[in-house]
Amino acid sequence: MAGNVTSSFAATGSARFENRSATRDSGAVRIILLALGLGFFALFLLLPLIVVFAEAFRKGFDTYWAALFDPDALSAIRLTLIAAAIAVPLNLVFGVSAAWAIAKYDFRGKALLTTLIDLPFSVSPVIAGLIYVLIFGAQGWFGPTLAGYDIKIIFALPGIVLATIFVTFPFIARELIPLMEAQGSDEEEAAIVLGASGWQAFWRVTLPNIKWGLLYGVILCNARAMGEFGAVSVVSGHIRGLTNTMPLHVEILYNEYQFAAAFAVASLLALLALFTLAMKSFIEWQARRTPEKEIQP
Amino acid sequence: MSIRVENIAKRFGAFTALGDITLDFPKGELTALLGPSGCGKTTLLRIIAGLETADSGRILIEGRDATKKHVRERQVGFVFQHYALFRHMSVFENVAFGLRVKPRRERPPEAVIRKKVMALLDLVQLAWLADRAPAQLSGGQRQRIALARALAVEPQVLLLDEPFGALDAKVRKELRSWLRQLHDDLHITSIFVTHDQEEALELADRIVVVNQGRVEQVGSPKAVYEKPANAFVYGFLGSSNVLEGSVRNGMFHTDGGDFLVENATGVHPHATAYIRPHDLAIDRSANAKGIAAQVRRILAFGSVARVELSGITGENHFEVEIPERDLTDLDLSPGNTVHLVPKSLRVFPHGEAGSR
Repeated sequence: MAGNVTSSFAATGSARFENRSATRDSGAVRIILLALGLGFFALFLLLPLIVVFAEAFRKGFDTYWAALFDPDALSAIRLTLIAAAIAVPLNLVFGVSAAWAIAKYDFRGKALLTTLIDLPFSVSPVIAGLIYVLIFGAQGWFGPTLAGYDIKIIFALPGIVLATIFVTFPFIARELIPLMEAQGSDEEEAAIVLGASGWQAFWRVTLPNIKWGLLYGVILCNARAMGEFGAVSVVSGHIRGLTNTMPLHVEILYNEYQFAAAFAVASLLALLALFTLAMKSFIEWQARRTPEKEIQP
Repeated sequence: MSIRVENIAKRFGAFTALGDITLDFPKGELTALLGPSGCGKTTLLRIIAGLETADSGRILIEGRDATKKHVRERQVGFVFQHYALFRHMSVFENVAFGLRVKPRRERPPEAVIRKKVMALLDLVQLAWLADRAPAQLSGGQRQRIALARALAVEPQVLLLDEPFGALDAKVRKELRSWLRQLHDDLHITSIFVTHDQEEALELADRIVVVNQGRVEQVGSPKAVYEKPANAFVYGFLGSSNVLEGSVRNGMFHTDGGDFLVENATGVHPHATAYIRPHDLAIDRSANAKGIAAQVRRILAFGSVARVELSGITGENHFEVEIPERDLTDLDLSPGNTVHLVPKSLRVFPHGEAGSR
């Protein structure tokens, strides 16, 4: 995914490539490619987005407003924000530590760790949720013990946070590992030789160097944390006003044939997606302005 | 400060990077660690700095054991091969870094930092670049900033890893004499790593020739060049012509004739003689004694001309350097058969340490 950041550098080069008559493809090829690309884009990406907003406002602004300020909706929004507010910072710490360990140290089992980080990507979110039910649920490994102390994890906020952390774990680490590996540890070594403590080297040298990649990872992680459905659905228990997140609330409304309300809440998630894209573009633009790597003479 | 490394050994898996090295680096001297790539010279430099740990042995700085000391307590300045400038900081901030990360009670006030950084930038003649980003500098400028940054913390020892390795030939030559000048002004104990024998010979007070994790020879540039301890050092310190033969009665016997040897005694049935290109004379007279060879190529530009020849018997290749005006007198052209007469040759009998 760091490739996304770097790939925008190549864009200017390929435009030049296309502008030269000697390397340009024939007109027909260009038209077919453009039509294919734009057609898919319109059908699968743009149309659903329009539908979401159109359906949300179908019954007028008042219905839309009422759906958003319904107590259950507000509770779902609050729960989503809380879960993301806990999961994203934790994954920020985990992601940076994991990326640091993988990029800057050599140790036994490094390849295994690198592979395991991707596990949440390869496993179905439903399974992810089920794992926590089997561990912490009433019939699970620690269920009875936890019940003894009156600690509720499944069908409560902790379970939702755990599932969200699991599902969004790879985003930040995956973003940082290639970046940190490319940068090597020369600058950190230079900082230490100059008398910096490990902490100073991290804050003054490492962090500024990875800040755009990190922010990019956080944005993606946040988008996924707020939008996660499958894993959260398994551990939430769907208690209205208590353990429903926004995506779960949308589903419930839809199943109850309250289409306008469902799309109204969905439109918030769509707005979040648009905001994420805007932030992503902004970050890519910033990252391009600050030189990524020293250009060797 | 003087540095002493004692019995330093380092292995990476099955590969021996350094095998039991003991060396002294006297105070105030500029020493070159010279060797081919992969010989362990950079590893040794990093062990002295503390960036790498030796498997065994000790590092003594000014007589005190520094083996267990942390890098930031060793008071070394390290200049990295690829500069390792902090890319997100201005040139000024790069140089100021070492002062800014000092513990609060040792940290100088902002005005002092500013004054000191500007003085260092003046020293490396780049004060006008203070606000630039490292990416905006040329390679030579980056190298000088890296040096200024290392000097900012007033190190007792300056370590430079291939300081001119990534620069083009012209800049490299300029920086070389500039660095020598700087060292003469500051007199800070310095060690630099290089694979370029010309750089080592020109710049250093002392040269340590390293090969395959061992020290082959230590000495002044003159001593190392003129009295190489073994075949490796001879071959590494300049181009050479090679002859196979035997040694008897202080003479080297080969197909082309018998020649007086300056360094070998005794009897050796198999020995290799090394001759510098400028120690071979070309004789065109028909009855000349010497190694018969045919002229392949003549490179005549500058004050010294190079003639490449191949032996008539065997598959030897020879390279001869003669003053350009001698070449005119000889009136050579490719295809001529001539005789090569060694003016001086060094013999390293087979089986001796370091011979190839």
